[in-house]
Amino acid sequence: MQKIGVFVCWCGSNIAATVDVKAVANALRSEPGVVFSTEYQYMCSENGQNLIKDTIRDYKLDGIVICSCSPRMHEATFRKTALAAGLNPYMVEIANIREQVSWIHKDMTEATDKAIVLGRAAIAKVKKNAPLTAGTSPVTKRALVIGGGIAGIQTALDVADAGYEVDIVEKSPTIGGRMAQLDKTFPTLDCAACILTPKMVEANQHENINLLTYSEVESVSGFVGSFKAKIRKKARFVDEVKCTGCGVCTEKCPSRKGLNEFNMGLNTRGAVYIPFAQAVPNKAVIDASNCIHFRTGKCGICEKNCSAGAIKFDQQDEIIERDYGAIVVATGFKPIDASAFDEYAYNQSKDVVTSLEFERLMNAAGPTKGTLLRPSDGEHPHEIVFIQCVGSRCSRDASKGKEYCSKICCMYTAKHAMLVREKYPDTKVHVFYIDVRTPGKNFDEFYRRAVEQYGVDYIKGMVGKVTVEGKKLRVQGSDLISNEQVHIDADMVVLATAIEPDPTARSIGTMLTASMDTNDFFTEAHPKLRPVESPTAGIFLSGVCQGPKDIPETVSQAGAAASKVIGLLSKNELVGNPCVAHANELLCNGCSQCERVCPYGAITYVEKEVRGPEFRGTKRVAVVNEAVCQGCGACTVTCPSTAMDLKGFSNNQIMAEVDAICR
Amino acid sequence: MAANVTTEDILRISGVNPRKCMKCGKCSGTCPAYDEMEYHPHQFVYMVERGQIDKLMQSKSIYRCLTCFACLERCPRNVEPAKLIEAVRLAVIRQQGMNHMTENDIPALLDDKLPQQAIVSAMRKYKK
Amino acid sequence: MSVNTEWKPKIVAFCCNWCSYAGADLAGSSRLSYPADVKIIRIPCSCRLNPLFILRAFQRGADGVILCGCHPGDCHYSTGNYYARRRMTLLFSMLSYLGIDSRRTRVEWVSAAEGPKFAATMNDFAKTITELGENVKLGDLRCKEN
Repeated sequence: MQKIGVFVCWCGSNIAATVDVKAVANALRSEPGVVFSTEYQYMCSENGQNLIKDTIRDYKLDGIVICSCSPRMHEATFRKTALAAGLNPYMVEIANIREQVSWIHKDMTEATDKAIVLGRAAIAKVKKNAPLTAGTSPVTKRALVIGGGIAGIQTALDVADAGYEVDIVEKSPTIGGRMAQLDKTFPTLDCAACILTPKMVEANQHENINLLTYSEVESVSGFVGSFKAKIRKKARFVDEVKCTGCGVCTEKCPSRKGLNEFNMGLNTRGAVYIPFAQAVPNKAVIDASNCIHFRTGKCGICEKNCSAGAIKFDQQDEIIERDYGAIVVATGFKPIDASAFDEYAYNQSKDVVTSLEFERLMNAAGPTKGTLLRPSDGEHPHEIVFIQCVGSRCSRDASKGKEYCSKICCMYTAKHAMLVREKYPDTKVHVFYIDVRTPGKNFDEFYRRAVEQYGVDYIKGMVGKVTVEGKKLRVQGSDLISNEQVHIDADMVVLATAIEPDPTARSIGTMLTASMDTNDFFTEAHPKLRPVESPTAGIFLSGVCQGPKDIPETVSQAGAAASKVIGLLSKNELVGNPCVAHANELLCNGCSQCERVCPYGAITYVEKEVRGPEFRGTKRVAVVNEAVCQGCGACTVTCPSTAMDLKGFSNNQIMAEVDAICR
Repeated sequence: MAANVTTEDILRISGVNPRKCMKCGKCSGTCPAYDEMEYHPHQFVYMVERGQIDKLMQSKSIYRCLTCFACLERCPRNVEPAKLIEAVRLAVIRQQGMNHMTENDIPALLDDKLPQQAIVSAMRKYKK
Repeated sequence: MSVNTEWKPKIVAFCCNWCSYAGADLAGSSRLSYPADVKIIRIPCSCRLNPLFILRAFQRGADGVILCGCHPGDCHYSTGNYYARRRMTLLFSMLSYLGIDSRRTRVEWVSAAEGPKFAATMNDFAKTITELGENVKLGDLRCKEN
């Protein structure tokens, strides 16, 4: 017979005022298996805990029930108490007689009766408890950062500075990401390249950082502390070690058909190219789809001109397999496709551009060398209309627009408008807005400066349509404040397009079993208290992959993610949650149902020799990886042969509680 | 005119939820008949929500709307202002009992060339 | 229907640890009362609720069973409540076929922030069960008694 001890807490008057604690202790004493039952003023106090410890030792208890506050409050406390007295911490059950009884009931008899029933349920459960030991798993002291934009770079630098190895995997040939494409940054107007490129160089030179550019993560297996990633390093057709980045090949290349991705396709580049002057690594790459050699087998001009002998047409993709303790997702964003909005004539006129394209048109390294010229005829525009919320805050059609606010557009539009007015005071600038949202340090001041100092014309309303009329763009919109419809003959129209997660995010999310919302942004473990962690242990979030944000926010989130990574990597081993699923091999029929419902991929099937009274031989059985299992119990209910059970919340335990309550 | 048409009536007739409106003004930015109207599409949404149905019913604006559905097509929040305007128009017709025929008169007017859709919509329209 | 004043319904509420149990705690700390007939059993996730537990409760004389979990999309384990929702839909239709009034079984989504909703849900459910009166006991063919 088991020996159970019952401890009823008064919680001062919190419980004792409405529950007759003595009566509860007396009633529970007569339950079968209970050898000790008492009440005390504050069980969680040191004296209360000592009382529990002494009783466990004196009565050699097998399990204890504490009738007190919510287990969410003090379960951990009492488990430690039990452990200190030599009792397995999972032989503790809590009956919640404060939140569920004394605080919500007024009638003493009724409350006391309910407290007794809850106490009985806890006793019934603890009798079915089994001692559990948490498993441990080792930690590989290396982090993987997916994405080499400012978010990924910052996280990698912070982790690397703490002394851990970091690999950055970037799908394009250079790190730098979207920030490298920007001209100036709000609200200080310092140039993006000037503040970003030193960080890119630092990442490249850091002894703990290993850059894997032009590479993609192919698969990830494992779990927190010991992930295994397979990374495909795509063939550059250029020997990265030999290439000096001199750029001769890029000038000699006769193919000029490739659209320059860095300039948003506003101009073209050679088939062999270096994305931009400050690219890191500053190595050439051959775009095989546009290369004459790959299409016809002839040409090879780059090879002939390369004094370093770096061109390697026979280079193959390389697969790299490495172990990581933590993975940081920093996949970033892209602007949505503006051509879905036919009312803005984006497809009809070259002079209707997106804001990121406009950014390139204003940039000294851009296609116009920083002079603002109309893409159609290269003339200087005299009247520009900016349209905000193109595809943001749009709930009508998910394929076209996004329901969320993209957060950064109000500020970058104010920046563009201000820069145009500063550089070209003869240009009229109109901004159509729904709301101007500028919550940020020095943000509203910045926007007001655009209006007051630079004379940008902000119009509260939306543009209904843009039509091409000769060289002009006729913009028809509403001005809600003057209650008029306005018509503007503009030279250029700039669309502040919504931003969406990078298209690779979805497959990475699936690979990592990291949950995402309907917009493909990664979900955080808790929206307020754990904003940089994914609900999947060991996966961290950095930057826009979690939700729209500007550069300062991205950098602070990147640092926060890094600190979480460092916290994880500093541990030598991880202690798991022992309340995990477990398959009874004798009952398991190998149906794979549990494997399919597991949200964490914790269940695998193995052929195993099983010996039982009714079966002897090899069969296919489910095995739960205790380090991955989070203990939700989905598999236990799915299992048709009741082979799967959840430790700490087993079928027998819950049945016993049901029986005790319905007695 | 009797002032007994409520916001609820208009919403029931139109099936529109004006609370979805985020007051961006795209409907009025799109409207080709804007300058003909006293109350503009975005104002319809706002005024129906505010219960100013009388003003709308008395305004000529309800007859200026071309029912081109541009506002409905462009609205980023799916508010459908054109349906509200149509509903106000209907409210006027219903109140004045201005329907010049009932559904019983329809069969006599049918001929083979009449599209099926027109018959269905006529039945719907004149059936009280 | 004559309601026996002595009779008190037995109501079992299964609450997921992350949302609804926390919601119940919030109802408690906000001192929002609901009938003492409701007894809560903590489970890690709504998907841990085996239909057998509900059958067992009805066999042992429960008058109503309610399952509370995280709102769809908010499950701590990503997808648990979706499984629970589907399983309960099937189970409840079977229970109603067995003669358990469909008003005696319910699924509600209660988040950790919805203390008032938790209390309101329990009040409403307890009221419904009290009005329905005593439940028929599900018999177990394996048991010889009755």
